[in-house]
Amino acid sequence: MERNQLHRQVALSRQPLFDQGFLDEQFLQLEELQDEANPNFVEEVVTLYYRDSARLILNIEQALERNPLDFNKLDILMHQFKGSSSSIGAKKVKAECTLFREYCRAGNGEGCIRTFQQLKKEYTTLKKKLESYFQLARQVGPAETACRPK
Amino acid sequence: MMDNGFSSPRHDPFPAGLRVLVVDDDLTWLKILEKMLKKCSYEVTTCGLAIDALHLLRERKDRYDIVISDVNMPDMDGFKLLEHVGLEMDLPVIMMSVDGETSQVMKGVQHGACDYLLKPIRMKELRNIWQHVLRKKIHEVRDIEILEGMESIQMTRNGLDQSSDGHLLCGEDLTSVKKRKEAENKHDDKDPGDSSSTKKARVVWSVDLHQKFVKAVNQIGFDKVGPKKILDLMNVPWLTRENVASHLQKYRLYLSRLQKENDTKTSVGGGKHSDSPSRDSAGSFGIQNSINIQRNDISNGSYGFSGNSLIVRNVEPRSQENERKGIVSKTAVEPKRALAVEVPDPCKPKSSEMEFGHSFTSPASEVNFAEFGSNFPTKFSWCAIPQSQLKQEQNPLHLDAGFSQRTRPGKQQHIQVDYPQPSPPIISGSSVTERNMDGSVKIKPIYDECRNNGSQVSSARSTMDSYQVQTKTYEVNHQAYEPISTNTSSLKNQAAFNLSSISDLESAQKSINWAMSPLATLDDDFQVRWVQGDCYAMNLGLQNIEFPEYFDGGLLADVPTHLYENLYDSTECSVIEQGLFIA
Repeated sequence: MERNQLHRQVALSRQPLFDQGFLDEQFLQLEELQDEANPNFVEEVVTLYYRDSARLILNIEQALERNPLDFNKLDILMHQFKGSSSSIGAKKVKAECTLFREYCRAGNGEGCIRTFQQLKKEYTTLKKKLESYFQLARQVGPAETACRPK
Repeated sequence: MMDNGFSSPRHDPFPAGLRVLVVDDDLTWLKILEKMLKKCSYEVTTCGLAIDALHLLRERKDRYDIVISDVNMPDMDGFKLLEHVGLEMDLPVIMMSVDGETSQVMKGVQHGACDYLLKPIRMKELRNIWQHVLRKKIHEVRDIEILEGMESIQMTRNGLDQSSDGHLLCGEDLTSVKKRKEAENKHDDKDPGDSSSTKKARVVWSVDLHQKFVKAVNQIGFDKVGPKKILDLMNVPWLTRENVASHLQKYRLYLSRLQKENDTKTSVGGGKHSDSPSRDSAGSFGIQNSINIQRNDISNGSYGFSGNSLIVRNVEPRSQENERKGIVSKTAVEPKRALAVEVPDPCKPKSSEMEFGHSFTSPASEVNFAEFGSNFPTKFSWCAIPQSQLKQEQNPLHLDAGFSQRTRPGKQQHIQVDYPQPSPPIISGSSVTERNMDGSVKIKPIYDECRNNGSQVSSARSTMDSYQVQTKTYEVNHQAYEPISTNTSSLKNQAAFNLSSISDLESAQKSINWAMSPLATLDDDFQVRWVQGDCYAMNLGLQNIEFPEYFDGGLLADVPTHLYENLYDSTECSVIEQGLFIA
């Protein structure tokens, strides 16, 4: 009984992420994929995303320091980043990616830099929110899922 | 006869166990896709680098059924990989990207992607990918058949060159062709939605073009061959690298299949010929030629290639009701089968219910066309129609071809008919279904349509009405007529016929390979009466290739005149000049 309540609490803590537009239905897809074989699937994927995309963020940062800006390269990098962000359903991050690419095509370097700052903000915010969510889920979740994935 | 299109000894029922190679530089997606595909019971191999994927595939390309690749990868452009896979392995490739821009998707399709998925990819999309594997298998068979058909034409050409016989050009035929042409045009006018005008342009690999191609391949050496090199050697300005690449792919496939099927290759070159009257008169006709008739189904865009003797092709009349269209487009699964038919005699249509029988004098050549029954016999599964597409009570119409038949290992269908037969069933219903199969090699065959609203009778014509083969020196005009059926019950049925015909020069006889694949469904209570005279008999003994039609006046009275008119419509095809297939 108590566990059910806790589960409900976990579900409740997740709900604002959708309501506030941080996540889209892709995240639900990931949850559906979670099964006995991969009890921590969602968290694993999110961890992987943040690990992998950090590299891309760095690449984009470096590309933005160039003068003049190579918009074509920026566009390609951001395309990659957007693709990656779509994997966990990072809705707000994706929106910034789209905007960034629009600025790339328009050749608007200032817009790119501004958008990228916003993007990093959303990226970090989501990371924090997801971390606390997973923490809660781990505490509540069944014993076998309680260990943090590598 | 019918399998799932896989020869690999896997135990799971298809599509479980489908072997998928996923290539994506994005590790997160790789993980998700792997999980999703596993949930679909597919065997998954993942690869973070395009180069690695290519190595894997080169090592053991038969280990995979399908490749899913991201478009943007740092080490190699996804399109590049797609190209390599297409050319070297000939595996179906699905591209994926977060970007749904038309230009990108277009690029993918042009490079040969069988699908283009947008991220985030849903599991239901992945569950469905087996269809591409199956489709590819089916198309492979077709492509091979087309190439085989090309060979036969080349043989024909050689034969023609060697032959000193004059090739008959029948003036009468020409005029009749002209008439038919006019009729066609008339019909076209009535049909503003003529699909031929909307069909996209494709490369037609004519014999000449193909010969150039083969020459280039031989010059380069088969092992070192590449599309670019071929293209340079061929020196055809309008040809693109993609065109060549795609053709090369098919050619490779063809060669590999050819080896396997050496012994079974009976269809080209005319293994069997009947003692038909025309054989005797063949000399006088001067018909020593080969006619390759390709039926190109315009309205069904998915069949991009028009066939040859081996091909089963669905010809879908444009004027059919929607349901018919649905059916025809679903007929892709057709294991093929060989039929050798010798039909020495004009058919003698019997009046019967539910059955249309032709009897022929030759004992071995009884052709029982069009048996209307409930289900297809398994051996005719090639013309099976997915019944779910049909209305409940509809049953498939079969063509029970009691030809002397041989089943080829290659599952290909060959029907050799020395003479064109009245084609089977015709369908009628409260709504008019009229069908015209044009036996044409034209890229844009013309179908005429006849719409008859409110009439109980409809005629479907599936014929090689008249085809005209033009080579340097001769033309053959040939007509085959098909019976009209009148139908007493109101029914809705659908039928599609496939006809392809070939007449073989090599044997110095006229022989027509005729492949038919009828697809039809009828209501249970469907009654078809074939009335004597209702069917056009072919007078095979005639001294030219034109087959007169026999009409029973009384019968014709049953047929609305506008239908009757259409019976004379024809399509021509100038096979050799027009080229063999479209790539």
